[in-house]
Amino acid sequence: MKLREIAHSRTGDKGNTSNISVIAYDEKDYPLLLEQVTSERVRAHFAGVVEGEVVRYELPNLSALNFVMTQTLGGGVTRSLALDAHGKSLSSALLDLEIEAVSGKK
Amino acid sequence: MRTIRIGSGAGYSGDRIEPAIELAEKGGIQYLVFECLGERTVALAQQARMKNPQNGFDPLLEERMRAVLPLCAAKGIKIVTNMGAANPAAAARKTAEIARSLGLSSLKVAAVVGDDVLEPCKERDLPIMEFDGTIKQLGNRLLSANAYLGAEPMAEALNAGADVVITGRASDPALFLAPMLHAFGWAMDDWNLLGQGTVAGHLLECAGQITGGYFADPPYKDVPDLARLGFPIGEIGEDGSLVITKVEGSGGAVTAQTCKEQLLYEVHDPRRYIQPDVTADFSKVTVEEIGKDRVRVSGGCGSPRPSTLKVSVGYVDSFIGEGQISYAGPGALARGRLALEIVRERLKLTGVAASELRFDLIGVDSLHGSQVSARAGEPYEVRVRVTGRTENLREAVRIGNEVETLYTNGPAGGGGAFKSARDVVAVASVLLPRELARPQVQFVEGESR
Repeated sequence: MKLREIAHSRTGDKGNTSNISVIAYDEKDYPLLLEQVTSERVRAHFAGVVEGEVVRYELPNLSALNFVMTQTLGGGVTRSLALDAHGKSLSSALLDLEIEAVSGKK
Repeated sequence: MRTIRIGSGAGYSGDRIEPAIELAEKGGIQYLVFECLGERTVALAQQARMKNPQNGFDPLLEERMRAVLPLCAAKGIKIVTNMGAANPAAAARKTAEIARSLGLSSLKVAAVVGDDVLEPCKERDLPIMEFDGTIKQLGNRLLSANAYLGAEPMAEALNAGADVVITGRASDPALFLAPMLHAFGWAMDDWNLLGQGTVAGHLLECAGQITGGYFADPPYKDVPDLARLGFPIGEIGEDGSLVITKVEGSGGAVTAQTCKEQLLYEVHDPRRYIQPDVTADFSKVTVEEIGKDRVRVSGGCGSPRPSTLKVSVGYVDSFIGEGQISYAGPGALARGRLALEIVRERLKLTGVAASELRFDLIGVDSLHGSQVSARAGEPYEVRVRVTGRTENLREAVRIGNEVETLYTNGPAGGGGAFKSARDVVAVASVLLPRELARPQVQFVEGESR
């Protein structure tokens, strides 16, 4: 299934860094996020977009992850040549990630 | 326990105006905050001020103030805003003038000045954080340097009786923290209260983004009545307790989901959300739906504030030229690709001096590049987009021209060409020892007294 089935997401920007939250709709799916939505997978998913590193922060109280991706916004929001200079649309791309449903889970 | 209600009347400079009127009218609020100052807006406003010393504040200031001042004055609602941009003193004078013209002469309007730290930054030739270089090396491209001030000077203005407080660059959450400091007298080293107050400010600062804006994704996330989106209200207790809600009957929704998304918006390390007044910690925050459109947010805490202030430095970075043209029907994608190849070759042949070029097909790969979008199918129509960075306007204009000439020299059926060329004011950051910024409160004197 797609990540979109179990999580929602929002993108924010600061300079040349983008952050994307991934939040489980249901807290019982948080372990799936922890296990399968890794920094490595996110970096691979955004091939050609992220030029820096991807750091993952975990927020168990919110059943959420926060990915911080450096060198991602075309040199910075205020000078980028990109159509979506803020990278606002990146959250929707991340929800396209494939997730394997584990038995007993949704 | 004492509780205050703060409304968030704008999330950016161009935001809708009626939701703020609705908040003042029906929100039961004591404070109305307008966050209107984007990252580079101060630099652009500084350019406007250089042309006219009475200018350099938010262009929508008059429209917003005229819309809300009568209601706010009638109900005793205090306004806090960063619409001062590069000229808070002039913005305050203008606001006092508008108040007089509305018959509200007793309204006390204060400006917070002192965020302009261009001189101390130049004197110390501070290093730039985003790239190798210093303030002085920007030479005559340097436009402005404004420190993100904290909540104290705004709270001081409220304590001195201001009805309207207008600041320039200040941290966005601090606009909301100021009324809390004023109402509750929190100590400036009670890091946990300041951290929780920062959670409140951060959740409210983007207005509609916590009431269902920037959220709808049907059919997974449906939001009712986005055309009449209500803006948020924070109910804050003296002990830092916080409920996010909105005006009853307005559009949108406040849910645990909208609050979680906004809590992490533009946050990096959730344990260290660095503010001028506190290093806030969001990592232990919990959210709980306690009623329709009512979400309790708890657990924000903090540690001591940093010894430096972040300073936003505006500078003329470069010029950008751009051209677009569309193709449709069978073979649109192939003709779009052919068009990009033609422009790529033309820019070489004619020797356009660009330090960076970008070739996109809108509808195909313009948002996430060719690798991420490779799995999508072929679209009915595509829009060619070529952009480039140049050192001067003349070169930038040539990029758009090479796209436009595709009309008569390019693939079949190209339509709707558009071109533009502009200078780019960008921002970078430096860190300034905090004692070098000296904010001051100035009340508008004279007729308004």
